[in-house]
Amino acid sequence: MKRAAFGHIGFPILLLIPQLAIIAIFFYWPAGYAIQSSFYLEDPFGFGSTFVGVDNYTRLASSSSYMSSAWFTLIFTSLVTFFALAIALLLAVKADKVIRGAKTYRTLLMWVYAVAPPVAGLIGVMLFDQSRGNITQLLGMMGIEYRLGVNYWDTATAMISVSIWKQIPVNFIFFLSGLQAIPRSVREAAMIDNPSGTRRFWDITFPLLAPTGFFLLIINITYSLFDTFGIVDTIVKGEPGNNPMTLVYRVFVDGFRGQDLGGSSAQSVVLMILVLILTVVQFRFLERRIHYT
Amino acid sequence: MSDISETHTSAATAPTRPARRFRWDTVVDHAVLIAGALLMLVPVYMVFATSSWDAITIHRNGMQFGFGDQFGVNYNAALFEYGGFTDSVNGVTMLANSMILGLGFAIGKIIVGMMAAYAIVYFRLRFATLAFWMIFTTLLLPLEVRILPSYEVITDMNLGNTYTGLIVPLIASATATFFFRQFFRSVPEELIEAARIDGAGPVKFFIDILVPLSRTMIAAMFIIMFVFGWNQYLWPTLITTDESMFTLVRGIRQIIQSYADGGETPDYGQAAALAIIAMTPPVLIVVFFQSWFVKGLTESDK
Repeated sequence: MKRAAFGHIGFPILLLIPQLAIIAIFFYWPAGYAIQSSFYLEDPFGFGSTFVGVDNYTRLASSSSYMSSAWFTLIFTSLVTFFALAIALLLAVKADKVIRGAKTYRTLLMWVYAVAPPVAGLIGVMLFDQSRGNITQLLGMMGIEYRLGVNYWDTATAMISVSIWKQIPVNFIFFLSGLQAIPRSVREAAMIDNPSGTRRFWDITFPLLAPTGFFLLIINITYSLFDTFGIVDTIVKGEPGNNPMTLVYRVFVDGFRGQDLGGSSAQSVVLMILVLILTVVQFRFLERRIHYT
Repeated sequence: MSDISETHTSAATAPTRPARRFRWDTVVDHAVLIAGALLMLVPVYMVFATSSWDAITIHRNGMQFGFGDQFGVNYNAALFEYGGFTDSVNGVTMLANSMILGLGFAIGKIIVGMMAAYAIVYFRLRFATLAFWMIFTTLLLPLEVRILPSYEVITDMNLGNTYTGLIVPLIASATATFFFRQFFRSVPEELIEAARIDGAGPVKFFIDILVPLSRTMIAAMFIIMFVFGWNQYLWPTLITTDESMFTLVRGIRQIIQSYADGGETPDYGQAAALAIIAMTPPVLIVVFFQSWFVKGLTESDK
């Protein structure tokens, strides 16, 4: 709050009403509803619901297919986060170094940000298609039989590659601005002390970039968990079957295909807790981060 | 301040650097960057090239690198041919719906967010902190997580297949409010003191001083939010069952479905054309307004 603030009461409330009304109706109500219905078992034909306590949660914990989705989500998130960050960092370091064409490279490397995840998924489906996908044919020539939608890990690799591809631009932009925020004087001092580029990177640049990196780590985990929905859905072509699934996709599949309101709500609550933990971590870190800047 | 040190040191270090090694480094740098740029460009280029071929060629040989002669036919079909189960939707309708969703979402979110942020930052409200935390909590929970209950709430309110049902629930997250709050807090206090001495009330201060000051921030937010709204997928998929309400990104799902069902030879060329149409507006906006876009993205972490 500003020191010299206005003293009115009615006007600010009027300003807050649209925002508060929208989040009350479209956020708190559904969120509360999710928590409530996670303790109930809904009749699939709409004849009321029964209170079952934590049954929906124990059912999740003992469901092998839910557990395999959880494992897949863990692997998926780690791989996407790691490769999207690593490739983007490499590109940002190079783009920060070159003088000629720096702006062109920035443009060429960032525009994929604007491509919708399902469109990226469609590109993936066309490239990895079982019979006529270009990458499938390329792999076939090397003697690898690639079967999207049939082989679990073949489908998973397609999802992971497309998700990494889609996320590189965002990481690239953040890393590049992070690098450009490092003061010239620091770089030049390092240049004099240490002529080896690699050593200089790991000893000076990398630690200075760590705050950006940590922030991006959270962003990437959130992306892998939630924003890849469109990619996952297009690659499994709306036919979950035995295909790999992320936890968020499962909320949708169990809720809308399986008509399991209670189970889907319990999954929502589990994810809410997960995001809550992530946010707390992020905040703890952001508070510390003030010292860096 | 940095100018001085820059000229100094570049003059000092440049001659000491061996010219040949420096050039070799640069070649590697450019090679890595070109490889990265190709990784980003080639898949989309292939979709574009493929959109110029007939369905049979694509069905037989997969995506194409060269150009065919079916550009006009495919784009014409993607835009104007009525498709779907009810024959009530074509590319132009979907384009219009995507535009309404993108613009409605971006404008709605900016207006609602700025108003709330102004109230939180500039007024002595007893419950300002409570309101802030209530709003802030919404950052925690993407729509995807509470998807089923949200869907139930919207259908209970009879908002299915309406633009309100499509746009307003997406606004129920506080990203814009949060960014504007951070921005307003960085506006110097002297401004409001001066405005008060001049006798400006809260409405005048907001419209005449704060809004013009936030121009770049508004532009950056607008670009990010428009792209975000345009690219929405899950919510439009659920809430619009009526085909005349489909957005372009939603239409992509229909294409994939025909891929999966595979009864008849799907019109791949047309599908590729629709994908290109769906990505063009947001990509153009990001490319043309990239400095604002980058500013908006990178400031959001502060």
